[in-house]
Amino acid sequence: MSDTQNTNVTNDAPADINHQAKSATFGAEEPLTLDSGVVLSPFTIGYNTYGTLNADKSNVILVCHALTGDQHAASPNPASKKAGWWAALIGPGKTIDTNRFFVICTNVIGGCHGSTGPQDENPETGKPYGMSFPVITIADMVRAQTKLIDRLGIESLFCVIGGSMGGMQALQWAVDYPERVFSAIPLATAPRHSAQNIAFHEVGRQAVMADPEWRDGDYYAHGTGPDKGLAVARMAAHITYLSEAALFRKFDRNLQDSENLSYGFGADFQIESYLRYQGSSFVDRFDANSYLYITRATDYFDLARDHDDVLAKAFMNVKTRFCIVSFTSDWHYPTAYSKEIVKALNAAAGNVSFVEVETDKGHDAFFLDEPEMIATLTGFLSSAAQQRGLMS
Amino acid sequence: MSQNTPEAQARIDLLVIADLVEPGSRVLDIGCGEGDLLHLLTTEKQVDGRGIELSQRGVNACVTRGLSVVQGDADEDLEDYPDDAFDYVILSQTIQATHNPREVLAQMQRIGRRIIISFPNFGHWRIRWQLAIHGRMPVTHTLDYQWYNTPNIHLCTVLDFTALCNELDLYIEQTRMLSGDQDWRVEVPGRRANLFAEQAVFLVSRDPVASPAKS
Repeated sequence: MSDTQNTNVTNDAPADINHQAKSATFGAEEPLTLDSGVVLSPFTIGYNTYGTLNADKSNVILVCHALTGDQHAASPNPASKKAGWWAALIGPGKTIDTNRFFVICTNVIGGCHGSTGPQDENPETGKPYGMSFPVITIADMVRAQTKLIDRLGIESLFCVIGGSMGGMQALQWAVDYPERVFSAIPLATAPRHSAQNIAFHEVGRQAVMADPEWRDGDYYAHGTGPDKGLAVARMAAHITYLSEAALFRKFDRNLQDSENLSYGFGADFQIESYLRYQGSSFVDRFDANSYLYITRATDYFDLARDHDDVLAKAFMNVKTRFCIVSFTSDWHYPTAYSKEIVKALNAAAGNVSFVEVETDKGHDAFFLDEPEMIATLTGFLSSAAQQRGLMS
Repeated sequence: MSQNTPEAQARIDLLVIADLVEPGSRVLDIGCGEGDLLHLLTTEKQVDGRGIELSQRGVNACVTRGLSVVQGDADEDLEDYPDDAFDYVILSQTIQATHNPREVLAQMQRIGRRIIISFPNFGHWRIRWQLAIHGRMPVTHTLDYQWYNTPNIHLCTVLDFTALCNELDLYIEQTRMLSGDQDWRVEVPGRRANLFAEQAVFLVSRDPVASPAKS
């Protein structure tokens, strides 16, 4: 946890826009009771904010990150110095306009970028949690976010937005705290993890666990970790984020270094080299145990489960305005999943708009500057802002 | 003079439809385009409106106007809506472009208490004239396509549509016949309406005891 400023967040200085990573720690008096029944305490939420909180605190947009994202949505990552993962969308004058909105992005509970996760010290043992960290769910991630929102003195969120696992959080927010969410934008997401989604995650977890350096999760003291296993997990997962058309367009069968095949097992093909790079750069920024816990959380995600397995029942009495976006070439969370959400919202007389964006960029399209997505989000946000009385 | 342009025709059609909708009701507009009718109904009649639109451009335009519209298709997506979800289900100038108009109408009947449908009347004398005298597929300002590029694959006459309503046990509450700037009401459309209406608007319900529509 670098760059930590401990928060005693004062209301007179809410507009901290220096983009320093922030964190809020919740002690014994504010425990987090998880879906599993385990009580996590103490815990810390790492977060970042952009823009200025208005006087009545009505201009808050909560941005939820995807599986391996972090709280640095719009500012350079302090470790890698790379641009924020959603810098294309968040900033002054951009789609999520920080001149108008106060943007909060938290690292999810169980994560490894400032929020309490398996790499942190278990107060009972004085050692890192490792696999003694409790299993967390998407609802737990949201519950942890509510603690931070409460501490910042924010009653309701103007919008909760996120793609993929971030979209799951947006849905969960609206279902669990309907009166606190004015609008929600779940992008490229699903109402539940499918067998195929779980299958890919299980391959990734098994790759981590098969690495002898994993040591049943107790690798922290050894100075090494299951890098090879985690890299393989990332490589497999990364394929699911791209479309076949994009792979063909970017790589086809192009050779990496020469005109000729090597007749060996080096990275002859550009796609191999690309995936190896994705795998090895991932291990530098992500904790393997965290990956196990967060993939598990998405596998457990099933919004209908607590509502008699009828998705529409989850949305009864939800007045939140939804804007659902899917992408034609996303086979990880295909349009059919988004349509299930739309159908359930319609059945519950919900307020929903839905757009399927035509693109060959696959699941990861939501990270990108997709013109149709931008147009939809801009339109939805500005009309919602008008309805919320946020016009400047 | 602008009364005879397709845009002006379309606007008359929308105003007539808006006239038939009771204030404060729940409305689904199928094929809502860029949301002109939904916007009109929301602002003038305070309806709780929803839309379905095939084109992404249309959906985006609607979302920008603050309308709740989902991208979808009349032929495919109506089955996703629960029974009795709306007071009015509206299909304006679209039924002739659907693949299975009878099924679309049946779905509308299931979803809404009342249905409002507007369509170009293929029985209009000018259309009959073009086919009878010139022996060519009719091209008019309301049906401005050649046979090979028209999206209108299921054209019908006012009498054809009346027959389908009877077949589906749909009770005709009111019909409005439109021609140029003329707009007249008929109880049961007959041969005269079939000859002189360029467009027709039908307000039908599945239940004859539904309260009478605003006239």
